[in-house]
Order: sequence, then structure tokens, then C-alpha cells
Amino acid sequence: MKRQRSWWQLQARAAPYLFVLPFVLLFCAFQLYPLGRSLVISFYDTAGPRATRFVGLENYRYLLGDKLFWGALANTLYYAIAFLAVQIPASLGLALLLNSRKLKWRGFFRFAFFSTHLVGHVFVAVLFAALLSPRQGPVNELLSAILGRQVEIMWLTTPSLAMPAVLLAAWWLSIGYGMIYFLAALQAVDQSLYEAAEVDGAGRWAKFRHVTLPGIKPVLTFLIVVGMIGALQLFELPYVLFGGPGPNSRGVTVVMYLYLAGFELGNLGYASAVGWLLFVIIMGISIMQVRMMRMTRED
Amino acid sequence: MRQTAGTSARQMRRATASLLLHMMVLGLAAAALAPFAWLICAAFKSQADLFAYPFLPWHDLRRLTLENFRVLFTREPFAAWLINSIFLASTTTVLVVTLSSLGGFALAKYRFRGRGVLIWVMLGTMLLPGVVLLPGSYLLMYTIGWVNSYLALVVPSAVSVFGMFLFMQAMRAVPDELLQAGRIDGCSELRLWWEVALPIVRPMVGAFTLLTFLGSWNSYLWPQIILQNEAKYTLPIGLANMVAVPEYSSDYGVLMAGTLLSVLPVMVLFFALQRDFIAGLSSGAMKG
Repeated sequence: MKRQRSWWQLQARAAPYLFVLPFVLLFCAFQLYPLGRSLVISFYDTAGPRATRFVGLENYRYLLGDKLFWGALANTLYYAIAFLAVQIPASLGLALLLNSRKLKWRGFFRFAFFSTHLVGHVFVAVLFAALLSPRQGPVNELLSAILGRQVEIMWLTTPSLAMPAVLLAAWWLSIGYGMIYFLAALQAVDQSLYEAAEVDGAGRWAKFRHVTLPGIKPVLTFLIVVGMIGALQLFELPYVLFGGPGPNSRGVTVVMYLYLAGFELGNLGYASAVGWLLFVIIMGISIMQVRMMRMTRED
Repeated sequence: MRQTAGTSARQMRRATASLLLHMMVLGLAAAALAPFAWLICAAFKSQADLFAYPFLPWHDLRRLTLENFRVLFTREPFAAWLINSIFLASTTTVLVVTLSSLGGFALAKYRFRGRGVLIWVMLGTMLLPGVVLLPGSYLLMYTIGWVNSYLALVVPSAVSVFGMFLFMQAMRAVPDELLQAGRIDGCSELRLWWEVALPIVRPMVGAFTLLTFLGSWNSYLWPQIILQNEAKYTLPIGLANMVAVPEYSSDYGVLMAGTLLSVLPVMVLFFALQRDFIAGLSSGAMKG
């Protein structure tokens, strides 16, 4: 009897530690340790997993002087800004349409728009490589039908069209996804606020501006900040779509640059330096965005 | 008399507005789904017909063929990739959900030494882009001999800081009185987690499980670094490598058949569970 009680107390006392233990062990071994190692080897020149030579800040210095890196950063920023500039308003517009109480089959439409998000980046890239093929590809055929003359746009081999091609695929993938979040936010806006605004004689735009927008602002901020962080880490889509850097290296992103340097050329130290610089860039942009969203607060 | 004319005009206007709304949403939905429709059709067309007909050769449906699928399963180890993907995504998901819910339960419902530190360290790593870890992780895998092993895909992925926080938030809703009552009834702490806490957060478990499965199913970068022989590939790796083969890069039919079979399982899964899923996802978003 006594032994049983002491066992009972022991399990109650030890329970929280045992519950977090598996997580903590794996977290230390597979996140914290590799993180530290990435930081350390960013100060080394490496060739494959074995040969290393301490070089101090040389990797970072070389990186900041590499034109290809700046090109990759420019491509990535171009993509990220264009992506959000279309995705956010389109998702919100779609959510406003679907939020209408008059709409039938709402559940079906919600799933239809969301379903594109289920397709992984690699699969989207394979699909869009076919859709965008220059001769008789469906996208070109559609454009031909609209314009009334035969067009043969070389989507995947024209440097200036590299990122637009990636953007087309990315928008298709994520507009419905953003819509789900906006829809949830719209449905949570207090309906009595609309009625109060109507009593005050507010028109459609005034209601949107002063009731809807403040109500969905947390979700808006979330989608912009998280979307930006995701966009800055773009990799699979262009890598599979172009089978590498793309025409004139116009499809290279920062993460692709990291991947090529570390895992195709085998310089893991240099790749680590790229990763840490990307971290600094992401932090900087996120902080800036959150500040800006705070400044636009309604008084 | 005049009043009825007014109401019927208003009704007319309403009906027109509703019709316009439905046409617009239908049109947009058709545009969003058109690539899927094209994909399904392309998978069953021969190479000669692929671009010749926008969707299907309606005048002669006997032209449709299963040849693309035959090539996929006979000339490529596609069946193995499919099985590998199912195995890896399921194993990872079970591990992630178990560890995160157990850990999240402890963080939400117990006060214990080191809790605050753990939360702070976890928060700190959340801001790091995943790719920062890549070189260090690869070196670790090399050191312990896990390169080209599934252990490298499953074990490190079992850690989800996001999942821990999600469960920590959700488990706060579990009433302490309920746990206390369970203890008086002689439930061990582990059974409290399984029989009291988990059922309460069920909608969130569903959404998180699906999202984790989807993430693992679609993951490319890390498996691409780790896996080195074809028999071990997952669907994204196998398919991405097929694109690079000249023989297939001109024969989209086979690639489309592969894409279709890669996308279909998650589609069916989500469609079956969508009610739970969307409720869970939005409840998470509102708190976030």
C-alpha cells in the first residue's frame, strides 16, 4: 500500500519533466546543436564535410561582394513584394465575395479555392512547366484565344519572364489559402458595429474602411509578416520549374544560392554564412513590417 | 399599386445582384480549378494528343490511354516512391503530434523548473529560417552516419516548436478541476493527457495533424539532400528528378500522371476531413 502511494506521488511529480523530455532531447540534438554548428562553420572555409580551415569573416566578406548573391537577393525581393501585392488584395476580395450571406454552396467554394494550397511546390512546378510550355501550351493558347492571334511566349527561357512565371504558380497556390484566414476574420467581426455604422449613415466604403479593416487587421498583419518570411525562403518552385538557376540566373533565390553553394559545390561554411545573412534580412524586414502596421493603427 | 411595383423592382435588382455574385464566384472557381482539370485530362492523353486538345478529345474518347501510368509504374519505381511517401509522412506526423501534444500539455498545465527557460529558447528559434539549420544538420547526419537513411528524415522532424506552442495555447482551455477530478479517481498523469486533455482539443489536433502530414508529404529540400538512391526517394524527389531526364521533359503525359497520383491522396484526405480541418484552422488563426 505504501509503495503504491509513493509510486503515485513520484509519477505526479515527474510527469511534466517526462512529458517534455522527448521534445527537449530532440530539440537540443537536432535544432540547437546544428544551429551552433552552422554558426561556427560560417567562419570556416569548407570543402565537403571534412576539410575545414578557419577564415574568420572571409565568407561574409566574399558574400557581400558577390554579384550573384545580390542578384539572388534582388530576385527574391522582387518575388516577395510582387507576391504579396497581389495575394493579399486578391485573398481579401475573394473572402469578401464568399462572406456574402446570399451566396449558396459556400462550403464547396471554400474548399475549391483552398484546394490549390494542398499541391506541394514541387508538384506545382511540374504542372506549371507543362502549362507554360511555349508551343501550344495551355496558357499561351488561352492568351491566343483572348488576343485573337497566335502567341508563343517563351515563359521559361526568357530572363525577364522568369519571376513572372514563378509568380503565376505561386499566386495560384496561395490566394485561396489567404482567403480562408480572411474569411475566418470577417466572420468574427461584430455585426452590431455594421448596424451602428449604418445608423450613422456610413456608405459601403466607409463601413469597409472603419469597421471591416480594423476588425481583420490582426489577420492582415499575420498574413503579411508570415507571407513575407515564407516568400523570402522561396526555393523549390523556381528550382524545379527551371531545373536550376533559370534563364540568365534570373530564377535564383537566396535559398537556391545557399543550396547550390553548400550542396552542389560543397562549401557548407559559405552556405551557413548565407543562411545567417538571410536570417538578419528576415529579422530586419519583419521588424519593419510590424512597426509599419502599428503606425497605421486607427485612433 | 405603386408600392408593389417598387418592391418587385427591388426584388428584381436583388435577384440580379445575387445572380451576378454567383456567376462571378463560379467563374473564379472555374479558373482556380482549371489547372486541376487540365492535369487530370493530360494524364490520360497520349503525347500526340496532349496539346492538340485543350482538355479531352471529345469526338473520340477511345484515344484516351493508360500508357502514361504504365510507364510510371514499369519504367520508374513510382510505386516505391508512393509507399515511401506514405510511410514517411505518417510516421513523422504521428511522432510530431504525440510529442507536441504531450509537451504542450506539460507547458500549459504544470508549473515545473525550467519551464520559462524552455519557452524562451523555443521562442528564440521560431524566428530562424529553417535553412540556417541545413549545413549544421547535414554535418551532424554525416557524423552519426544518417546520410541516405530515413532516420534523418523522421527523427529531426519530430521536433515542432510551432506544434508545441499550438498545443500549449489550446491545452490552456482544459479545466484544472477536470484534471483534479481525474486524479482523485486514480488516473495517472499520462492517462489525464490521453483521456481528458486530448479529447478537449480534438478539432485542433485534426487540423494540426493534417497540416503536418501535408508538410511532410510535400517536403523536398531536406529529403533531396539526404536521400541518395532512387529506391528510397519520396514522390517530390522522384518526380523532380524525372523532370530533369530529357526523355520525360518532352513527354509531359507521364509527368502529369505522376503529379496527379502525388496530389490525389492529400486531396482525398483533406476533402474527407475538411469540416474539422477548416474549423480548427480558423480557430487557431483567431487566437494568433
